[in-house]
Amino acid sequence: MGKSVGKTELKILKYDDKIKLNSGVEFGPIEIAYETYGELNEQGDNAILVLHALTGDAHAAGYYSESDKKYGWWDEMIGPDKAFDTNKYFVVSSNMLGGCSGTTGPSSINPETGKPYGLTFPVITMEDAVQVQKILVDALGIKKMIVAGGSMGGMQALEWATAYPDYVSKTVIIASTSRLTAQGIAFNAVGRNAILSDENFNGGDYYDKKHPEKGLSVARMIGHITYLCEESMHKKFGRRLQDKSKPDFDFGIDFQVESYLQHQGLTFVERFDANSYLFITKAVDYFDLADKYGSLEEAFKHADSAFLIISFSSDWLFPTEQSKEMTKALVRAGKDVSFCEIQSPCGHDAFLLEFQTQTEIIKSFLKKDTENE
Amino acid sequence: MNNDEALHANYNHIVPLIENGTKVLDLGCGDGTLLKKLIDEKNVHGKGIEINQENVIEALHKGLSIIQGDIDEGLEDFADNEMDYVILNQTLQSTQNPDFVIKEMLRVGKHAVVSFPNFAYWRIRFYLLFKGKMPKSKMLPFEWYDTPNIHLLTVRDFFDYCEKRDIKISKSILTRRGKVVNSRLRRTFADIFAEEVIFVIHK
Repeated sequence: MGKSVGKTELKILKYDDKIKLNSGVEFGPIEIAYETYGELNEQGDNAILVLHALTGDAHAAGYYSESDKKYGWWDEMIGPDKAFDTNKYFVVSSNMLGGCSGTTGPSSINPETGKPYGLTFPVITMEDAVQVQKILVDALGIKKMIVAGGSMGGMQALEWATAYPDYVSKTVIIASTSRLTAQGIAFNAVGRNAILSDENFNGGDYYDKKHPEKGLSVARMIGHITYLCEESMHKKFGRRLQDKSKPDFDFGIDFQVESYLQHQGLTFVERFDANSYLFITKAVDYFDLADKYGSLEEAFKHADSAFLIISFSSDWLFPTEQSKEMTKALVRAGKDVSFCEIQSPCGHDAFLLEFQTQTEIIKSFLKKDTENE
Repeated sequence: MNNDEALHANYNHIVPLIENGTKVLDLGCGDGTLLKKLIDEKNVHGKGIEINQENVIEALHKGLSIIQGDIDEGLEDFADNEMDYVILNQTLQSTQNPDFVIKEMLRVGKHAVVSFPNFAYWRIRFYLLFKGKMPKSKMLPFEWYDTPNIHLLTVRDFFDYCEKRDIKISKSILTRRGKVVNSRLRRTFADIFAEEVIFVIHK
């Protein structure tokens, strides 16, 4: 394994114009928070755009300062000699439109009112998020790139590959899908309902008041259940009690799994905005590549890149079946595709845990590129 | 000759069977050695299907397009006649349902290339006759209780099968220790003298 990219810096690109959203609404100005690792070559064709999952941010690798050594969410994969090798590639990561980690989202100030957007923020889609990423990619001078993403990030990679084929040489889709299952939408809906029914939600206008923390933390707890699987929960917690030998016979925390979920919920509200959760989960629910083009096969006919699809055996939120469906459509569309299912007991979370196998697979897939150079 | 050398000899018999620039699907392609050879030497457009993860990674490493999958589940991803050749090299005897796999090969491919060890090879016959045990050889090195080869067959079995399913054999190569069996006498008694056989078949 390689080293970390070291100290990095969050940068902001300001876009003063407006863009036309999928819904028809004109929206702007927009700020895009991003980080870059490695150097872009003169031809502008050695870039990799990495795309974060539901609650991720632009901080994909490295750390901000010696005193704050919080490594980025994909630090194990991005760096010298790692899967996304910064000796060779210029790696770009940005926060998604609608997010709350630097890119314009519902918690940003609406310049027309001087107040946060809240629920007046327009409903966005994956197409809109990718359209905003394209502004960044053009500003950085990138002509050709590899797009790679896990989970929701994979959806954006799919959108890139089909909507802007001229930009994309290779597409890496990890633990993702071309459309969420009904079950997936259902979990998102329950999460949103928890937020919407929090007494502090106040129609999304809570920024100068108490935040809907209970609702957001319940949403996160539900999310975490879907990121694990029965086996991983059993291994991690079993039926063990939390710091006690007998249950308390009340409704506090008895089991370790309860304590874990509570912890996940509580730490999440410190870093994430409830409105962003509403808007982004909605964008995830709306994403449906087959519906957009008539069929998945038809959608992939628009792509012009090689594809690598990776799934995890115990992932029931983005199941292998959906990856196989994409593989089939790509084969039928006559595209260059490789598919690999990694055996893992870690559920959907595996894509942020099973680094070693992923690195081997991705490195091998990306090697095709350097060999032809 | 060890197993690796035997496999390479086998590759050298298969490569000339494939026409230049054609579309090839290699089932159970292992680490992709044959497919890579076909791409390098015959300029084919190749894809592989392989079940084992390490092999898939190794094949990706060679720059190949590989789909991890179980060929016993069929070739659903592929349209009728999409490929010029579908290859099943040394794998027929370890499929769950050889009948279905061959049917799928002939649906997807205009030609199918099938190779397998001949269970009627004289050494195997002698092994069974004199030792009274399930035969083992360099090509069939496994114990009966721990073998992937669950559908062993003979040359005659394959001829019978093709006749029954109305499958045409356009080419057959009989080999012994990696070398083509040449003499007419031996060809006539292929079921005895061939250690391994390679058939090109079509509908």
